[in-house]
Amino acid sequence: MNTVADQLIVLVMLINFAALGTGRLAVAIRAVALQGVILGILPVLIHSFSWHLVAITVGLILAKGILIPSLLTGAITKARITREMEPFIGYVPTLLIGAVLTALAFAFAAKLPLAPAHQGLLFVPAAIATLLTGFLLLVTRRKAISQVIGYLVLENGIFLFGLLLTEAMPVMVEAGALLDLIVGIFVMGIIINQISREFSSIDTSRLTALKE
Amino acid sequence: MTDAVIHILLTLLMPPLLLGIIGKTKALFAGRVGAPILQPYYDLAKLLRKGSVFSDTTTWVFQAGPVVTLAATLTASFLIPLGEHRAPLSFSGDMVLFAYLFGLARFCTTAAALDTGSSFEGMGAAREATFACLAEPALFFSLAVLARLSGSLSLTPMLTGTVATSWLNSGASILLLGGSLFIVLLVENCRVPFDDPTTHLELTMIHEVMVLDHSGPLFGVILYGAAVKLFVLGALFTDIALPYATGITLVDWGLFIVAMLMLAIGIGVVESVMARLRIVKVPQMLAAACILAAFSLLLVLR
Repeated sequence: MNTVADQLIVLVMLINFAALGTGRLAVAIRAVALQGVILGILPVLIHSFSWHLVAITVGLILAKGILIPSLLTGAITKARITREMEPFIGYVPTLLIGAVLTALAFAFAAKLPLAPAHQGLLFVPAAIATLLTGFLLLVTRRKAISQVIGYLVLENGIFLFGLLLTEAMPVMVEAGALLDLIVGIFVMGIIINQISREFSSIDTSRLTALKE
Repeated sequence: MTDAVIHILLTLLMPPLLLGIIGKTKALFAGRVGAPILQPYYDLAKLLRKGSVFSDTTTWVFQAGPVVTLAATLTASFLIPLGEHRAPLSFSGDMVLFAYLFGLARFCTTAAALDTGSSFEGMGAAREATFACLAEPALFFSLAVLARLSGSLSLTPMLTGTVATSWLNSGASILLLGGSLFIVLLVENCRVPFDDPTTHLELTMIHEVMVLDHSGPLFGVILYGAAVKLFVLGALFTDIALPYATGITLVDWGLFIVAMLMLAIGIGVVESVMARLRIVKVPQMLAAACILAAFSLLLVLR
């Protein structure tokens, strides 16, 4: 595996920490957008050139780097929020949990029965670490918009794992997944606005109570 | 032998120059002329000529504090290789001694601060101890990475020779390590964004508040000790950040001095462009430094 790809994967994992440690939603959105762009560049670096790859790369960078971040930024300007207040677990503890999860991801990846060609690559532990970071963001944050960001990180992790199989993955499947993601973000944007209109805040923990 | 003599002379004479350069850089950024680069030397000479005032409530601990601190820091300076030259003193496991000599220095400074009985200095001591606790894991994770890469537990083999090849083989982890060590360097030396060495705004001071009651020669000793600490930790950072070796001894010493001056300018730039962090943000930043170093260790252990 070439070293540039490895450095980029390390960067992806660092962005996980940035997303976990920041309280500002704009920073988190930009971090996830950057992560998406890096994931878009990666397939070109690790596989030999083909038009299929170019299509995936362009599609990914457009969707994850431009379209989804602009939708999310639109949502936060409409709901007029700038930062996540009072997450269920504080930023420093989540950062530390994130670090532990990353370490566990490395330990777990070493135990996985992978194809011999994929053994010892940085992809697998990075994918698992990104996945777990996404989960962590989803369960520890209170605001709907932070949870959407967690969901995006989760999806990035799945994509990173899928990168190993890019050659075998048809364009249609890739395009379908991206389309699903965009529709999902779109629907969540609408829901966020709806929640903020009804409750004058987008704190999802209020949705657990049945009556006023 | 000549290397050892140059090592000791540089360690004794160069530290205040770094402070002067940092001050000059900050002045240039602010559009001022600034104090002369040699100003820290004049300050030290002035302080050494002055008399001392000791409060009645203080004991020998108060006077021993600065002296032990300087002694511990100077001992640590013998363990660190400057540039690509071997340190005068080197044995297996000296990295632990290196880290805890600074621990001893810090203990004596805080003990001297507590000895005055001033609640204000106690507050500074508490802050210093708290931040040091958080910076220590970052330093040890970094040293563990270097130990793993070089296969040795001594600072001289860890920092000379192997670092250049490590940059090629595991650049990402060395980069993370460098970032983490730079944060440790700033926090250990009480620089912006963790502490402002020039401020006298009482609520935000950390290091300055602990030495408020010291005066005259002892205060000079404290300032000099702080400069030596900056020099030693700076050498640790430049050994990793700029591993170079031409093989010609004198040229290598010249390169080391240039690297240290560049580091001083770099610190000056950081101090000019960054604001001081709110005190509640400091632990977050230090936790981030620990995570960077731990992540770097994870990458080399893999």
